[in-house]
Amino acid sequence: MPDHPLNVVLATDCGSTTTKAILIEKVGDAWRQTFRGEAPTTVEAPFEDVTRGVLNSIQEIEELSGRRILDGERILTPADGKTGVDLYISTSSAGGGLQMMVAGAVKAMTGESAQRCALGAGAIVMDVLASNDGRLGHERIERIRHLRPDMILLSGGTDGGTVSHVVEMAEYIAAADPRPRLGQGYKLPIIYAGNQDARAKVEAVLGEQTALLVTENLRPTLERENLMPARHKIHDVFLEHVMQQAPGYKKLISWAGAPIMPTPGAVGLIMEAIAKRQGINLVGVDIGGATTDVFSVFRGVFNRTVSANLGMSYSISNVLAEAGLANLLRWVPFPIEEADLRDRIKNKMIRPTTVPQTLDELMVEQAICREALRLAFDQHRLLAVGLKGVQQERSVADAFEQKSSGQSLIDLWKLDLIVGSGGVLSHAPRRIQSMLMMVDAYQPLGVTRLSVDSIFMMPHLGVLSTVNEKAAADVFDRDCMVYLGTCLAPSGSGKPGAACLEVRLKGETHAVPFGELKLLPLAPEEEADLEAVPSRGFDLGAGSGKPFKARVKGGVVGLLIDCRGRPLALSEDPKVRVDQLGRWFRAAGMYPEGGG
Amino acid sequence: MAHAYTPGLKVTSSAVVRRRRVLPIKGEVLVKAGDRVAAEQVVARALLPGKVHTVNVVNALSISPSEVARFLKVKPGDAVAAGAVLAENKPLLAFLKTAVASPVAGTVESVSEVTGQLLLREPPRPLDLKAYLDGTVAEVLPGEGVVVEASGAFVQGIFGVGPETHGEIVLAASSSGDELGADRLQEAHRGKVVVGGALVHAGAFERARALGIRALIVGGMRDADLRALLGYDLGVAITGSEPIGFTLVLTEGFGRIAMAGRTFDLLKSLEGRRASVSGATQIRAGVLRPEIVVPGEGGGVAAPAALEGVQVGDPVRVIRQPFFGRLGRVKALPSGLALIPTGAHVRVLEVAFEDGSSAVVPRSNIERFESA
Repeated sequence: MPDHPLNVVLATDCGSTTTKAILIEKVGDAWRQTFRGEAPTTVEAPFEDVTRGVLNSIQEIEELSGRRILDGERILTPADGKTGVDLYISTSSAGGGLQMMVAGAVKAMTGESAQRCALGAGAIVMDVLASNDGRLGHERIERIRHLRPDMILLSGGTDGGTVSHVVEMAEYIAAADPRPRLGQGYKLPIIYAGNQDARAKVEAVLGEQTALLVTENLRPTLERENLMPARHKIHDVFLEHVMQQAPGYKKLISWAGAPIMPTPGAVGLIMEAIAKRQGINLVGVDIGGATTDVFSVFRGVFNRTVSANLGMSYSISNVLAEAGLANLLRWVPFPIEEADLRDRIKNKMIRPTTVPQTLDELMVEQAICREALRLAFDQHRLLAVGLKGVQQERSVADAFEQKSSGQSLIDLWKLDLIVGSGGVLSHAPRRIQSMLMMVDAYQPLGVTRLSVDSIFMMPHLGVLSTVNEKAAADVFDRDCMVYLGTCLAPSGSGKPGAACLEVRLKGETHAVPFGELKLLPLAPEEEADLEAVPSRGFDLGAGSGKPFKARVKGGVVGLLIDCRGRPLALSEDPKVRVDQLGRWFRAAGMYPEGGG
Repeated sequence: MAHAYTPGLKVTSSAVVRRRRVLPIKGEVLVKAGDRVAAEQVVARALLPGKVHTVNVVNALSISPSEVARFLKVKPGDAVAAGAVLAENKPLLAFLKTAVASPVAGTVESVSEVTGQLLLREPPRPLDLKAYLDGTVAEVLPGEGVVVEASGAFVQGIFGVGPETHGEIVLAASSSGDELGADRLQEAHRGKVVVGGALVHAGAFERARALGIRALIVGGMRDADLRALLGYDLGVAITGSEPIGFTLVLTEGFGRIAMAGRTFDLLKSLEGRRASVSGATQIRAGVLRPEIVVPGEGGGVAAPAALEGVQVGDPVRVIRQPFFGRLGRVKALPSGLALIPTGAHVRVLEVAFEDGSSAVVPRSNIERFESA
């Protein structure tokens, strides 16, 4: 933390392909993001020094802003007029990000808590080991040896619970004698966050062979998770062990005025902050070239998952493999040969930096994006659940509603805001395209607001929030978030063309039949009272056929009334489906005339 | 503004190729700096620790973990044969006796009094690391491996599958546009690196396997055929160890694409020479492309990957629809953003194609030819 006043902040995010720098300045009483630069990341050969890319991206800001920031390879601090900055901060996901294995005693209990902890810290979880994971001892040992994680989080047992299962996991790790992914000749960090009664025995097994760190139990009782101490420990180890081994990071750490965070960890911080500040439930997504991160905050509970192989370039082919061809084709609004689509997807995989030049190519990419978003969200729902194994007190009334523990926390009726980020969403040629991609993938219910991150600065703001919360909040509101508008969608299904919804907004009434989309203008900063009457069989949250009122907020797109049904039904007949998509896309103004 | 960063694939008759050959764990280097090595020569060796087996003694003998020491017949560090008794109980009646036998030959690694598990480790397995290139040992990395250097022709492909291999180059196409069907593969191609032209047909794969062909080098293939060849849909481009019976290198991409004339002509000029081929492709985190290296008398310089921007006059290839695969030269580099048919504003360049026509293309959709 700097000891001088804070007026100019320089922030970078070292991504796997590009390093993005932004300048944040205090203008009057408010903070604004003023300039932006980017350059290829230089972690890999031939440079093998992350600071090269950082300096290049800063140089771009210098050229654009006229501010002198660098003196050779040194960042000038503090700021003095048009020279220097007061603080430099950074996030990093370069070189594959933070890769972890986690272990617990029971897979659905401590195993899952450990997984949530590592994901929340911004890691990619390579595997979850547990005594009931169905594998034989030697298979587990082979797996640990083969994966070479950056660190292992070992949990297991509530305090006072099982000791032997935890020690068993420690013994497997010791037998595997795992080598860290980076840096030969240093010991693999292992964080122990399990049953405190097993600490001494775990230390006896792993103490000499590994860099063992002990912290509080992340699941002290079945009813309670305590993820923060272990999450902080992960960040410490990331900074002190893992990053020290990555090329150029020692220098980068010495420049930074706050600890360098894993990129998704920083994005998670800002998502939690938005939900807390506005008192809302939200889902956030960051769809990249290789991975898709999903964040959610429901009832104050934060969750993050990463789908390590769902993305729009490096992993685009895996979206096809996981979703299946039929699921991709259903979003393409023109007839296309299967073989041709397959070849196009593979060509994007092997040349990941290309962009669509024709409208057809754009539509194909946006079809793939919908499936990547959907699949990543499905994976998120599986982990964003209540604690499993919790004993529940049941009353007589509960006997009729058999709820088990571990129910998903994601409730689309209670979802207030969807935040999209990543090139395919942030840089779509028209904002309505981002909005409809997210609506099609998530199929929100009732009233849901949607937004995108304008130029991918959430990681930077996440770290900034640890230093100066107001600065982060100012920039987030004024420069980062682009509110697209609101989606109004009833549940239910009917015959195409049948009456579905009557909406009254700003003195006008709009009847929207089933199977249709309608877009109404509602500008950013504009709010309006909405009254809607769904037909029988349709529900906006007040009950089937019951009138519904809400105050809705506008955006650069407006109010999207989605009467296409839930679940959204696309015709099985390719010709009808192409007509259907064409009609929707025209109604929403998705593409320039002549397309779709 | 940032430079347009469009590294191209190298296709050159004269380059210095250096390859780091590193063991996965510490081992012994068998050659010294300056030694001449052949592609198939072992240059370093490591002993991979043997597989670990767990034997749950307490369950087998129905005892508690704290009692395990009393029943053991072996101690940590002991070598045991397969079937040897590791532990046994001592009942009053002999027929109630239970013995725990070793499932493998190996060494007793540890016995836990917490879990009652006995860990056995199999003997280590030697792992041989080959030179891969016919060349010279440029550097020894003590305990880790070597850097092998070779001068000669060097061709990078865009995508490949299959392991490192080597063999004599032979052509099975008369032009870069010829498709490679099974009928073009002959007995004379056995054990060789076979160069085709454009699309390779699925039928050629079975024939290549039957003939023991080492590698196929072609312009393109259909993704549906790749799926059939591998037996699964390839999700992420990390390849190099597929057990498909040969190594396959695509020089251009997926679909029916003729091999670039320059690449075909270079490979044709190398017919009869020994090549080292690797199918290993990794497009994320440290790009690795498949390659064909033909050591010979060439001797360029080992140039680092160029990072400078594209210049007017540079030879380029378009790598995305609607001009996918077409070759030309950069005609103009407008500095501002331009509107393209998708409605996006992006940085573009103008390409003059070989047939005299020209087109505006996003800068990220071209690849510069790199040659030395």
